[in-house]
Amino acid sequence: MTDKDILLSVKDLNAWYDESHVLHGVNLNVRRGETVTILGRNGVGKTTTLRSIVGILRKRTGEIEFNGHNLMRLPLHKTARTGLGFVPEERGIFSTLSVEENLMLPPKISDSGMSVEEIYDLFPNLYERKTSSGTKLSGGEQQMLAMARMLRIGVDMLLLDEPTEGLAPVIVQRIGEVLQTLKQRGMTILLIEQNFRFASKIADRFYLMEHGLVSAGFDAGELPDRMDMLHEVLGV
Amino acid sequence: MIMIFGIPIQAFLGQLLIGLINGSFYAMLSLGLAIIFGMLRVINFAHGAQYMMGAFAGMLLLTWFGVNYWLALILAPVIVGITGIIVERFALRRLYNLDHLYGLLFTFGLALVIEGTFRYFYGSSGQPYATPKLLSGGVNLGFMYLPIYRGWVVIASMIVCIGTWLLIEKTRLGAYLRAATENPILVQSFGINVPLLLTLTYGLGSGLAALAGIMAAPIYQVSPLMGSNLIIVVFAIVVVGGMGSIMGAIVTGYALGIIEGLTKVFYPEASNIVIFVIMALVLLVRPAGLFGRDA
Repeated sequence: MTDKDILLSVKDLNAWYDESHVLHGVNLNVRRGETVTILGRNGVGKTTTLRSIVGILRKRTGEIEFNGHNLMRLPLHKTARTGLGFVPEERGIFSTLSVEENLMLPPKISDSGMSVEEIYDLFPNLYERKTSSGTKLSGGEQQMLAMARMLRIGVDMLLLDEPTEGLAPVIVQRIGEVLQTLKQRGMTILLIEQNFRFASKIADRFYLMEHGLVSAGFDAGELPDRMDMLHEVLGV
Repeated sequence: MIMIFGIPIQAFLGQLLIGLINGSFYAMLSLGLAIIFGMLRVINFAHGAQYMMGAFAGMLLLTWFGVNYWLALILAPVIVGITGIIVERFALRRLYNLDHLYGLLFTFGLALVIEGTFRYFYGSSGQPYATPKLLSGGVNLGFMYLPIYRGWVVIASMIVCIGTWLLIEKTRLGAYLRAATENPILVQSFGINVPLLLTLTYGLGSGLAALAGIMAAPIYQVSPLMGSNLIIVVFAIVVVGGMGSIMGAIVTGYALGIIEGLTKVFYPEASNIVIFVIMALVLLVRPAGLFGRDA
């Protein structure tokens, strides 16, 4: 991996919730066009890692470089403008906004995003319900809306926090198809996922987190050799 | 003589119109309060003082610089809006992470300081502000004589209220505001400068109060206490409408103004308390208010 390929670089990331020290020196890299999944049990710091990268969690130390920008120095609202799109675990759909208003809410950061027509082609359910309140959608539709919202604005990289959590298998499959489509289009994705079977079909590379640290990193091709370790750590 | 419920129609329609005029001020003031509470979660007790500042700004602009009413309609809200922006930027912002009570206490203290300062310089008695020539005189409606200026107040307040509602419900800026009310951190992570939005919102709310103040100047005497006399009623209206509800503030402002006016016809003794009785009943039945989201 050359430095030129690396889109996101995280070095020695520490983070705190009040006095509670949650991340203890996370190191990870994501190359342009790559899909990387962070695996780990509940409470090991996966979501905290994403929230620290985006800047939602401000009590943090270390280095975070994205697309040539030092994210540690940027206020939260300027992080998105560097091309980083965050889809939170709770999806963040606004009840006072219609589906279309939710979709159009984030300001465009580049012209490389998908057009509204392309998004509605990819997510026909959203078109059918574009005038409904955002939170009247099903969980799967809300997840699609949360992803679509980021795709429209032209992000270089998507940070997805457990996109399949609590969704029916058929919806999980649909989200998998969408992520495959995005991969084919060259989108860089950092994914947090507890559904190992889902992640194993999509990711190019994996990081395993334990106790607020990255304990292992390996390519998708190494999965068969790592299954015993994953079974032990994740129970898969 | 035509009677309605035993009341002469002239008296009935006259009080209805007075209620509508009062309701116009209630609506504009409660609208500003609702916007500030909805977005900043601050119970802005300084709103009455900002209303008074609007009236004084109009009067002082006229006295010192000869600025007429029409220009003052723009300048007074801008001036008071800028003072609101300064207050938010340097003081109120520090209280957002604390309990709502701190914002309430701060703005209450601020209102006392502002009113005290104006009393020190201008005394407690009211000072007149002439009705603009274009709007002086009146129209005989048959059942009553309508001063043109009061008709203008009703129409202008409706335009302001509808315009503000459209701004918040139908524009991209309004969508930012509504979304930021629900989840400011996430909205900020989308690249929207929420702290700036909060500052502008407080400026807008303060400016709306000042607009009501300059519009009230030719009707009521311009006095340092004109806002404190009104603000408690306006708070009751916001509670009835639903804290933070824009539509609730507008509809309830006009409705309670009219109800208060009609109470003066049918049972004058209750006219000063009717709004508070309604507030108590609404709190018992629908604590989130008639248009509140949790109702």
